Amino acid sequence: MLKLYDYELSGNCYKVRLMLAFLGLTYKQILIEFYPSKQHKSQEFFKINPLGQLPVISDQDILVRDAQAILIYLAAKYDRQKRWYPTRNPAMIAQISEWLFFANDLTSTSSAARLHDGFFYTDIRIEECRKRAHELFRVLDEHLYFNEQQGYSWICHSKNPTIADIACFPYIILSEEGGISRINYPAIRRWCDRFKRIPHFTVMPGVFPAGPDKTLDK
Amino acid sequence: MGATICTDKVILNQWHPISSVDDLKNNEQGNTILLEEDLSFNKISDEEVLIWKSADPSKKLLQAKLKYGYLWTTLGHPAPDLFSFPEFYEIDRRNVATGAFGVNISAGRAIENFLDMGHFPFVHTGILGEEPHTEVKEYDVSISENDDEILATKCQFYQPQAAVASSEGTDVEYIYRVPHINCAILYKSSPVDESRQDAIVIFVQPVGPEKVRAHTGMCIIDDKSADADIRLFQQTIFGQDKPILENQLPKKLPLDSRAETPIRADKSAIAYRRWLSQKGLTYGVIPSKDINLSRFT
Repeated sequence: MLKLYDYELSGNCYKVRLMLAFLGLTYKQILIEFYPSKQHKSQEFFKINPLGQLPVISDQDILVRDAQAILIYLAAKYDRQKRWYPTRNPAMIAQISEWLFFANDLTSTSSAARLHDGFFYTDIRIEECRKRAHELFRVLDEHLYFNEQQGYSWICHSKNPTIADIACFPYIILSEEGGISRINYPAIRRWCDRFKRIPHFTVMPGVFPAGPDKTLDK
Repeated sequence: MGATICTDKVILNQWHPISSVDDLKNNEQGNTILLEEDLSFNKISDEEVLIWKSADPSKKLLQAKLKYGYLWTTLGHPAPDLFSFPEFYEIDRRNVATGAFGVNISAGRAIENFLDMGHFPFVHTGILGEEPHTEVKEYDVSISENDDEILATKCQFYQPQAAVASSEGTDVEYIYRVPHINCAILYKSSPVDESRQDAIVIFVQPVGPEKVRAHTGMCIIDDKSADADIRLFQQTIFGQDKPILENQLPKKLPLDSRAETPIRADKSAIAYRRWLSQKGLTYGVIPSKDINLSRFT
């Protein structure tokens, strides 16, 4: 059975929980307390991931570390329709990859700001993180706006969401916990609502479900 | 005591929590912020912790108190003793510090949210409440003159998973105490022993008027769950509260009874605001205009 080394309040772990929910996969959750006990930096956990980072999954004899790598692995292996990660479409893989790296930049900015404000990571340069996060949000907002104009609802040019959407969603939706407001990013806000309406969407502390889509009534 | 940035005597003359005892390490300096002042502290033995203003070259010591699993200090002249919390000393209870969380909100708003049952089904869906069980039934609130604390009793709420040890939904009875302007304790029927109550605490450290560290803890009868599971349960709950708290405007707690429209379920919050008003608190709140007027006439 799939095992997920998980921490409830981690946005990176949430990415994997979302992927597992969207794919309808059952798994065993092994809770690793990131805060306050820093269990992910314990000698025991270093044996699982020498980088001391969450999440990690194990699937029989395969161990996958890093949220983005796990998304790729799960989608490539378990999504029979090859929608979340279209392995036979190099152009789409290129697009997805761009945004997976972008998601990592969200971790070092928006997520870092959240760690600073909520979990007392006081050595983080908070103003710099927030400034850089806003730069990234501006880029994504414009990108999503132009996608909408071309009839695309998601980050990549595809009819359905991909793992790029999953990778970017958590640290966008949790940004206000790090003092990064989304008020000036209307296309991001619309995308967040669409994302929350993907069938089998699941929440985490700090994330609430969307109401019904009122545009469908018109 | 020297000059302080905060000038409100009501909040200066309190004991404030700054760290859980679990987080203190021998001879390792810790730093925190209390009422906008940078503080440093160092535990030198199980009984003694030194606390001083970080910027003070003479390192003049502030008062320190180790109690209820926390390190407390003050920038003023508080009563020597903290409020009572006898359950903490019951030998068969587990006292677990469930973590401190930074929240960009005033202390009053954080306490008020802790007292509110109305949000359970919507914010803690599937754990502390769920639709359609949304009604907050009538409950009693009193302000005890003797102990100077607020007491809300006969609170009842349907909860799908009231505690980490719960296996099914049940009607849970709550008692809330607010024995300190920034601290509250709730008691709820224990899923393990019906005759007793688990206690859950929130001790709020005011970092600034609109910024706090919320120290959460549990004092429960549960000999099965691991400490980490108890912590993770409480962290999930608090993680759900955080965005609700941070989206409240104004961030300071308005004390004027006309500032926000309460409903019956807010009875304890009304009492809390009135109690803070009577004390003359001005820090982290928007004082009631009536109170201000009466003070000058």
